[in-house]
Amino acid sequence: MLRQRFIESIVGLFLIFTALALSILAFKVSGLTSLFPDASYHITADFDEIGGLKVRAPVKIGGVQIGEVSDIALDPATFKAVVTLAIRNQYRDIPDDSSAGIFTAGLLGDNYIAITPMYNTTFLKEGGHIEITRSAMVLEKLIGQFLYKVGNSGQSDNSNSNKQSEKGGQQ
Amino acid sequence: MNQVALLGQWGIQLLRDFGKAGILLYQILFYRPHFRKGFPLVVQQIYAEGVLSLAIIIVSSLFIGMVLALQGYHTLSKFGASQELGPLVALSVVRELGPVVTAILFAGRAGSAVTAEIGLMKATEQLSSMEMMAVDPLRRVIAPRFWGGFISMPLLTIIFNMMAIYGAYLVGVKWLGVDAGVFWSNMRSSVDFHSDVVNGILKSVVFGVAVIWISLFQGYFAAPTSAGIANATTRSVVYGSLVILGLDFILTAVMIGEW
Amino acid sequence: MPTNIVEINQMSFQHDNGKVVFRDVDLLIPQGKVTAVMGPSGTGKTTLLKLIGGQLAPTCGTIRVGGELVHDLSRQALYKLRRRLGMLFQASGLFTHMTVFDNVAFPLREHTPLSESMIHTITLMKLQMVGLRGAKDLMPSELSGGMARRVALARAIALDPELIMYDEPFTGQDPISLGVLVKLVRTLNDALGLTSIIVSHDVQETLTIADYVYVIVDAKIIGQGTPEAIVNDTANKQLQQFIQGLADGPVPFHYPAASLEKDFLEEHV
Repeated sequence: MLRQRFIESIVGLFLIFTALALSILAFKVSGLTSLFPDASYHITADFDEIGGLKVRAPVKIGGVQIGEVSDIALDPATFKAVVTLAIRNQYRDIPDDSSAGIFTAGLLGDNYIAITPMYNTTFLKEGGHIEITRSAMVLEKLIGQFLYKVGNSGQSDNSNSNKQSEKGGQQ
Repeated sequence: MNQVALLGQWGIQLLRDFGKAGILLYQILFYRPHFRKGFPLVVQQIYAEGVLSLAIIIVSSLFIGMVLALQGYHTLSKFGASQELGPLVALSVVRELGPVVTAILFAGRAGSAVTAEIGLMKATEQLSSMEMMAVDPLRRVIAPRFWGGFISMPLLTIIFNMMAIYGAYLVGVKWLGVDAGVFWSNMRSSVDFHSDVVNGILKSVVFGVAVIWISLFQGYFAAPTSAGIANATTRSVVYGSLVILGLDFILTAVMIGEW
Repeated sequence: MPTNIVEINQMSFQHDNGKVVFRDVDLLIPQGKVTAVMGPSGTGKTTLLKLIGGQLAPTCGTIRVGGELVHDLSRQALYKLRRRLGMLFQASGLFTHMTVFDNVAFPLREHTPLSESMIHTITLMKLQMVGLRGAKDLMPSELSGGMARRVALARAIALDPELIMYDEPFTGQDPISLGVLVKLVRTLNDALGLTSIIVSHDVQETLTIADYVYVIVDAKIIGQGTPEAIVNDTANKQLQQFIQGLADGPVPFHYPAASLEKDFLEEHV
């Protein structure tokens, strides 16, 4: 009986230790801020080009994360990307004429959405829509534009090599 | 013709073994348990299988975390990406290494012990005497060991995960000089609780069932001789480990499809 | 007229691999007596006990224990029946992770709602009957073979069964333990009003305490009767070879082999 009690206490300790480990895993390692998913409201924005934007990418204002991308779909009529953003309920004062743009974290990092707030006094709410958007910058297009510009400025010097650079830039 | 007959016989034997294993599992799961009498037995088995495996789990996880940090830093720093050490270690451990290595260690330590114990009890006619005393050995001996394994595996995996990440922290931050804030915050933003940690724990539950089921089957149907028990013990470790790795692939494929 | 606790009628049994263990066997175990079932090793004497206890079912024929058809009982009814039986296994079957006391108390704790102090008293009484009350705190690994068997016996009688079965109780025992066990089997049977079945191939010891003997060779009963009748049945050669332990007789000394010329004189590659 004494042995049985000893065993039971040790098992109890084991369970407590595990619960502790689980909470460390939850909060320190995976950044769970609460046990329940944050209540958030959803707004949409249309983009011509989303680049490498993925679901669960962060949505930030001024660099501070206020929500995440919850869905990405293609509008079959306009062929634009319809991105649904889930904004946490505590940030309910975003003017509805704000703009949203897709940026890159660092030089070669993941894409995220940054919202630039404007001056309206009416705010975005569930089902709202951001009108002004800025698409992602695709690296290859940038290089192409740059080479095109370089090619154009040197056009008066050497037209042959310019044409070659154009072809190279557009590929 | 003889070869074909032998192959056929082997196939039928395999089928029969699967059938026996399935019936054993059915009997364990669906025969009404006596909670008042059964509970202390299960607690005893959690102690024997879980608590006594803690030593090997904690030591292994610390070393694995430390090595992971060392190797990871060495390679990542070539790309100037040493700030990604946190996510590297955490994701590797929580998604794959935690469940798989814990399960394999569990099969080796607790699984083999269970097989040997039950095989021995069968060989020394302890199970027969229990039956003749009108006590069901399935309820008294087999089922508690099953539930003990079922409960212990995910618990051990959680502890493994934590200790491995702690080991990586020790090497990465304290020794190699990665900034602590960067280490933890990058890790936090890469690891999602539901799809990484919880999925890993689900994997460990599946592995736990597989390992303890194989160990119980091998022990219960072992030949009642010393050679028979030795072979059964080896088989339960080998089959258990192989099944873990196979299941890991299947589960990872299913989970990556974001079910 | 004593009733028969066990009635076996025209029973046949064969293993999965086809080996025939019993063929058309009729056996009666009278109440209150010590009945011995003897025969050479491997004739399936342990199998007989398993058939009576319901762990195996006969291929044909009937086995009745206490009037009930053992092999037709539901799991629950079978377990109820088994509480009235006690069995002593050859390997003693003691639970190695419990003390002697806990081993003997096990059936009491499992099947009776008695309080711990009552169980304590009864367990000590049973241990006293086999002379091992002082060993109650030892572990089975610390016991000698003979002592382990006695503890197993105490455990078998813990629930005061009506029938007790001994599987080769005298095999491999030193003379003193042998004497102790022989005395115990007979004394317990008479003092507790038990019915005992002894399965053994130790002829001398068994004949001293048995009231009735069956001898089974090659799946059939070749002789039965009181010990005196068995010993005096000189006409039955097979029986006499077994009883007297003769090296040669109906069971030949030489294993069937090729002729002497073939093995010794012919050239072997």
